[in-house]
Amino acid sequence: MTNHWIDIQFSDCILAMGSNPASNHPISFKYIQKAMEKGATLVNVDPRFTQTSSRAHLYAPLRSGTDIAFLGGMIKYILDNNLYNEKYVKFYSNAPFLVNPAFRLPGENDGVFSGLNGTKYDKSTWSFQKGADGVILKDPTLQDPNCVFQLLRKQYDRYTPELVSKITGTPVDKLLQVYKTYAATGQKGKAGTILYAMGWTQHTVGVQNIRAMSIIQTLLANMGVAGGGVNALRGESNVQGSTDYALLFHILPGYLRAPLASLPSLKDYIEKSTPATTEPKSLNWWKNYSKYITSLLRAFYGMNATPEEAYDLLPRLEDGKNYSWLSLFDAMYKGEFTGFFSWGQNPACSGASSNKTRQAMAKLDWMVNVNIFDSETGSFWKGPGMDPAKIKTEVFMLPCSASIEKEGSITNSGRWMQWRYKAVNSPGEATPDGELISELFLKVRDLYEKEGGPLKEAVTKLTWDYGPKDAFGRVTHLDVHAIAKEINGYFLEDKEINGVLYKKGSLVPSFALLQDDGSTSSGNWLYCNSYTEKGNMAARRSRKDTTPIGIYPEWAWSWPVNRRIIYNGASVDPETGQPWDTEHPVILWDGAKWTGDVPDGVAAPGAGRPPFIMKPDGVASIFGPGLADGPFPEHYEPLECPIDKNLLSPQFINPTIRRFDVGGTELDLRATCDPRFPFVCSTYRVSEHWQTGLMTRWCSWLAEMQPSMFVEMSEELAKLKGIGNGDAVTVRSVRGEVDAVAIVTARFKPFDINGQTIHQVGIPWHYGWVTTAMRKYSHDDKKPEVFTFGDSANLLTPFIGDPNTMIPESKAFMVNVDRKGVK
Amino acid sequence: MAEYVKLYDGSKCTGCRGCQLACKQWNQLPARQTQNTGTYQNPPALQPATWMLMHFQEVSNGNGVKWFFRNEACMHCTDAACVKVCPSGALHYTAFGTVGLDREKCIGCKECIFACPFEVPKYDPATDKVAKCDMCQSRVENSMIPACVKACPTGALLFGEKEKILAVAAARAKEVGGDATVYGDKFVGGTHFVYVLPEKVSLYAKLPEKPRVPLTVIAWKDWLKPLSLLAAGGVLLGSFLHYIIHGPKSPDESGDSSAQ
Repeated sequence: MTNHWIDIQFSDCILAMGSNPASNHPISFKYIQKAMEKGATLVNVDPRFTQTSSRAHLYAPLRSGTDIAFLGGMIKYILDNNLYNEKYVKFYSNAPFLVNPAFRLPGENDGVFSGLNGTKYDKSTWSFQKGADGVILKDPTLQDPNCVFQLLRKQYDRYTPELVSKITGTPVDKLLQVYKTYAATGQKGKAGTILYAMGWTQHTVGVQNIRAMSIIQTLLANMGVAGGGVNALRGESNVQGSTDYALLFHILPGYLRAPLASLPSLKDYIEKSTPATTEPKSLNWWKNYSKYITSLLRAFYGMNATPEEAYDLLPRLEDGKNYSWLSLFDAMYKGEFTGFFSWGQNPACSGASSNKTRQAMAKLDWMVNVNIFDSETGSFWKGPGMDPAKIKTEVFMLPCSASIEKEGSITNSGRWMQWRYKAVNSPGEATPDGELISELFLKVRDLYEKEGGPLKEAVTKLTWDYGPKDAFGRVTHLDVHAIAKEINGYFLEDKEINGVLYKKGSLVPSFALLQDDGSTSSGNWLYCNSYTEKGNMAARRSRKDTTPIGIYPEWAWSWPVNRRIIYNGASVDPETGQPWDTEHPVILWDGAKWTGDVPDGVAAPGAGRPPFIMKPDGVASIFGPGLADGPFPEHYEPLECPIDKNLLSPQFINPTIRRFDVGGTELDLRATCDPRFPFVCSTYRVSEHWQTGLMTRWCSWLAEMQPSMFVEMSEELAKLKGIGNGDAVTVRSVRGEVDAVAIVTARFKPFDINGQTIHQVGIPWHYGWVTTAMRKYSHDDKKPEVFTFGDSANLLTPFIGDPNTMIPESKAFMVNVDRKGVK
Repeated sequence: MAEYVKLYDGSKCTGCRGCQLACKQWNQLPARQTQNTGTYQNPPALQPATWMLMHFQEVSNGNGVKWFFRNEACMHCTDAACVKVCPSGALHYTAFGTVGLDREKCIGCKECIFACPFEVPKYDPATDKVAKCDMCQSRVENSMIPACVKACPTGALLFGEKEKILAVAAARAKEVGGDATVYGDKFVGGTHFVYVLPEKVSLYAKLPEKPRVPLTVIAWKDWLKPLSLLAAGGVLLGSFLHYIIHGPKSPDESGDSSAQ
């Protein structure tokens, strides 16, 4: 989230699209409700009429996988009707930048951008024109045909309401109602917010869905303001934290890049990673890159290695190789590695194409399953279709503590780091994850020291000062405060900065003071300022607030530097410094300094510093050449779809996706526009269950409320297939099948797609065979108090990902559905 | 002591069922095996171990579909038929005006089940006692709001002094407009659980439009019982009347059957 939960109440128009906050983020609705009580409009766009729709002022249906067409139409509507904030766009975005005249848009280039070579783009034409001084050429009048603004207009001129309606199935009048309602937030003093979730990300155009909305939010001046922003409703309480701390393969903590094999030295790495700008007034915050990586290396290795030596010890990615989930499970299936830690997850149900995932686990020699309950993953070898006698994989179960059984912090969707205390002891042998990791580390280190091995020092030189130690230097009890402090970072020597002396061993007050000379450490520069000499900021619980917009600056702590609304420098007029919304100012100039929220990169009013300081040029990227699949979002059909062509262009699907079904394994199957699988299917959640249901299916009260896999379908489809409400049915894709109970509902309606009737169904993904009644239970298997029915929705989903993130396309694929026993 | 009222505002409810869960948790009510029958609503009806239930109901017309939610629990009538008929004093009025249930005193006669115009009390054959929502008496007596109200994220459930809550309800119904109405304040002496319903009462499944204390209860408790007490053999007459009105008490009646 660029903003935070409390802030939703200051919105004038809330667009819930690609999300279902009423069901899946119930607490968010507290603030949506407050906004509505103040007169805000709730707009909901979803293939299915949901609990959120039931509260919305305006509901519009769309076919899964067509969000870019929908949003592209909105961009056209905003531009055609001059509903954008011209000053904001001119000063705060790259709309005036002149693009390379050789650049071609999909509309004039067979549906692809210029430079496509196989499945990869040569991005040389996706560049800006520069003057002799190296500064980007601009047209402040936004009239030059090569300026970003005019290219944007040209790109979306093709997205007429009539054509969009043919693609999305949204009636034209509903489209226009949504466009009109949302675009009204472009007026000065009005704010619109987007609440999205996996309904936008889990597509082969996932990143571009969000890009499209970012462009809209920029045009309407909704970035940086109260009640605005681009807000990802995170699917787990701490998923924001997990990304901040580099759960993903391509980053190190604080969104620093993972080192590549082609960057042998720290110097090479820093040179390659530090962006430069020729814009004279741009702050280009990432120019500080070297300070953050150097401080991180100090946090890893302390004084046991110089930063240069420490960099040498880090693992490298092979250039161009992808190590994300799909790639890893594909490699596992092909027997390319033999051991696997499944930590706090349930891949047998959560990964796309579960049959492949489950078969992949059978190729392993060993798997360590760390979790609080048995799961379809830990017991995969005795699951449906498995013959335990033929599976060699040895599985070790390590029971771990649940969140309330340990102390530590979580970072919520609004980037708040909140400290939590331990409430109860763990049952039996269950141990906090941190203790398990520490134990594991100490054992591995002992083995390296005793037996040696490749890259020995990468392990043996790590610092591990996380609590009291025994005579052999091993931590006996993990002190989470020591970890939190290391994350914040220390001065490793006495250091004088701007006339102030910071003593060796003291905590660094803020990342602005981190150094690249090895004199500071910080485990995550974004969190520097979270645990200072003033104490643990995340543990603060003051309800004091002097702002009119619910900032509560002393409640917990928010990254970066306790800023609650990021990009807030854009909330004011660039020339006068006056807030666009005088009723809900995020920052205010008092003549000498900014008050309110922690100001974001903004200089004195009229100074001309562009406020998007994390972008090298300081402005929001309407033209975004950084992505794999295009500088503007373009509609492509999902890998599996019900129609045989893209109505917008000759390019059917995203040309840059990595196709596992082409030259892949026998389980990598695709069935598009295939009469055997005629219905669009999407996966989603219910309020009562969480993720694969691994935690919630064992909770009898929750299982009682939602005991079963179900499939929701329209009355029209049910009639067509002879299915009654409550009937047992089987849902099939080309990759697998799953039994479900039919919920026949008027909340799903058939779509009219270019004159064709297209049906869509939907299934929750919380179920799994481990908690069902019909499976075999041996004497030591735990039995649930309330059984659930059905297996994972991911048995059906395709093994395909977005080209930028590799997130699987679980939100749009093709299935059939029949009464059980009918094929 | 002040009378307290709980408000369910259907125009603010999202159907998240935090209330249904909180009720089970606070009252430590066990879950039962359920199955999906083509709706999110589960268990299908109030049960001895389900004192609060969210109803999910779809209504579609030419203008599209609406999805109604309704929180069902004891309405805590001022003129409570269950209290009238309860022979053991198990069902009683509390100091807050709500209807409490002293499980120790319940003799499992099921009079209340037949008397309640909302079909709320449920008989549990395992314990030979009835069960229903007691408005979290254990919490309210300790200055805490009911568990369901505490759990509600949107403010759809409110709890407070009667006059204040009724004023909030009336204002909200007016604000929502259209067919929105307050339900509960106009019958059985006024209930201590009231609704703001955004739609016509008649559209809600299993919700009586004009609930009232059954005539048999009035006949027995207000006219015949006083008379019978005057006469010897009143108890016999009472048993006879019970037999005539309801038939014999059967030991194997399922606690759930009356709820289906």
